[in-house]
Amino acid sequence: MLENAFRGGRKYWTLLGIWVLLIAIGLVAYSRQYSGGLHITGMSRDVSWGLYIAQLTFLVGVAASAVMVVLPYYLHNYKAFGRMVILGEGLAVPAVLMCMLFVFVDLGQPTRVLNVILHPNSTSLMCWDVLVLSGYLLLNLVIGAVTIEAERKECPPPKWVRPLIYLSIPWAVSIHTVTAFLYSGLAARPFWMTAILAPRFLASAFASGPALLILLALIMRKFTRFDPGKEAIGKLATIVTYAFVINVFFVLVELFTGLYSGMPHHMHPFEYLFVGLDGHTGLMAWMWTSELLTICCVVGLLIPKIRGNESLLAVLCVGVVVAMWIEKGLAMITTGFIPSPLGKVTEYAPTGYEVAITIGVYGIGCFVLTVLYKVALNIRERLETA
Amino acid sequence: MNENRRSFLKKAAGAALGIGCGLPIRVDASTTQLAMVVNKKKCLRQEVRQACTQACRRAHNLPDLSDSAHEVKWIWTEEYQNVFPDQTHSHDAQATKEEPVLVMCNHCTNPPCVKVCPTQATWRREDGLVMMDMHRCIGCRYCMVACPYGSRSFNWQDPRPHIPKDENGRLPSDYPTRDKGVVEKCNFCAERLRDGLQPACVEAANKVPGGEGALTFGNLADPNSEVSRILKKEHTIIRRPSLGAGPNVYYIV
Repeated sequence: MLENAFRGGRKYWTLLGIWVLLIAIGLVAYSRQYSGGLHITGMSRDVSWGLYIAQLTFLVGVAASAVMVVLPYYLHNYKAFGRMVILGEGLAVPAVLMCMLFVFVDLGQPTRVLNVILHPNSTSLMCWDVLVLSGYLLLNLVIGAVTIEAERKECPPPKWVRPLIYLSIPWAVSIHTVTAFLYSGLAARPFWMTAILAPRFLASAFASGPALLILLALIMRKFTRFDPGKEAIGKLATIVTYAFVINVFFVLVELFTGLYSGMPHHMHPFEYLFVGLDGHTGLMAWMWTSELLTICCVVGLLIPKIRGNESLLAVLCVGVVVAMWIEKGLAMITTGFIPSPLGKVTEYAPTGYEVAITIGVYGIGCFVLTVLYKVALNIRERLETA
Repeated sequence: MNENRRSFLKKAAGAALGIGCGLPIRVDASTTQLAMVVNKKKCLRQEVRQACTQACRRAHNLPDLSDSAHEVKWIWTEEYQNVFPDQTHSHDAQATKEEPVLVMCNHCTNPPCVKVCPTQATWRREDGLVMMDMHRCIGCRYCMVACPYGSRSFNWQDPRPHIPKDENGRLPSDYPTRDKGVVEKCNFCAERLRDGLQPACVEAANKVPGGEGALTFGNLADPNSEVSRILKKEHTIIRRPSLGAGPNVYYIV
């Protein structure tokens, strides 16, 4: 099955070459970080988590969003998703892999990472996150391998894979809930200490993940003969719309509670994001961009004529992904640290090294994604020509 | 073998019951709860505060890093309004709000850092000290995120070249130096307590003329200890009581 990864034309190998270049950039930067320490990042005593953990948060959402395709197809027999499921799972695997890699590159002593398994702490959400992420990765690898192999052999998949598929549905929800719990149980961080954090995470995940999937499906259709189908893409667009609108509602609800209460603890983080705090305005431009994008995309997605037009849909999906990435991958983490427990505003901006290492990890994810999609594509094409 | 299985089952049962509820792990009534009392008025003098912070830095080979983003500090001075944000208001005199107050790890009874550490590299000892194992720490910095008091420092780089050494190039003390990539914090001088000494900052403050009693350290569970006496006699406050961490550094304000 995996020998299909080696069967490809010039475009395939060029694409892999680009990813390898990105990985190389990341490796060079990471070697600097590994030998010199994390002081080459923009993180500080007050802002102890930055770009890496922010990517973990965003990508956990993308990984969880595979459930939005699996659930209708397997639980409700929605046949139109037949060709979309493999794309969804092919996205979930590299997404989870990147999550784990981002935690790894964030560690000060990465060679000791197995201490989490040797000396686990049942009250530490980070332990649980490692557990559920590993489990989800394993689950998706097994399900994906078994179903694609069954397809290759042109026979139905074995019966025992069904319960695993059913398991992957609540498991997908759990990986993002556990990741949200990393933040939402900390008394020290009032910005994160809200019950709606987990639901918000899920809503933004189910908007950005399927949006990414739509983009990948459109790319696959443009460059290969693989076509998930107009109906599948249309249904995904509907899912993105619902999830995106719900996410906007959750954000508004958060803004209300924070600002109406008038409590400084609750207001300061929102002030910092939108109007600046104590003269610090580092994230203002990003936030207003994200909100503007959000408004435009919500309006666009709600209009059936626009949502139904695939070129416009592609633009909207890019907007959704960028807006959600800014919200989760940039704003949410940094703002939790502002102000610090001692009332100071220490701003954060990633350094070139951090960006390079991030690009490297994304390179690994894109590489795995390309290989998995190629394997699935080759198997499908073989079946169709046979 | 059986011992491992039993402890695993206990942990699994504990996890099933207590996960996510944030239930404080019940501590049996201990005969020791070490605590510190800070007399804010006596610490207003800079010589006292300097003596404390310098003694700590020397006793533990702390690196001298001027960059506030990467500094490592175990005990230091903060403004009153930042230490006790819920105890000040806009009509407080500016001088009051800016009063210098010594802060350090509070060695909480219900420490959030211990709750979140994925490798149990930080844990609460039976006598109340919140300890750090520098060898087990993987440097994830989750404890720094969870600490409501900003007490913890991370070694963003190798601290050893930055430890101020004497003319012979020797380190200030033989306390083990740390590597890059681990978190550290005040440890109530566990290594000195073991030798029957007082914490370095307490000893240093008492040596400053007029600074005696600026810091008092002892066992809260002993009703006859100095700290118990002070707490019964004086009104003291703790930092951010509503968060439930149960800090054991008390301030006579």
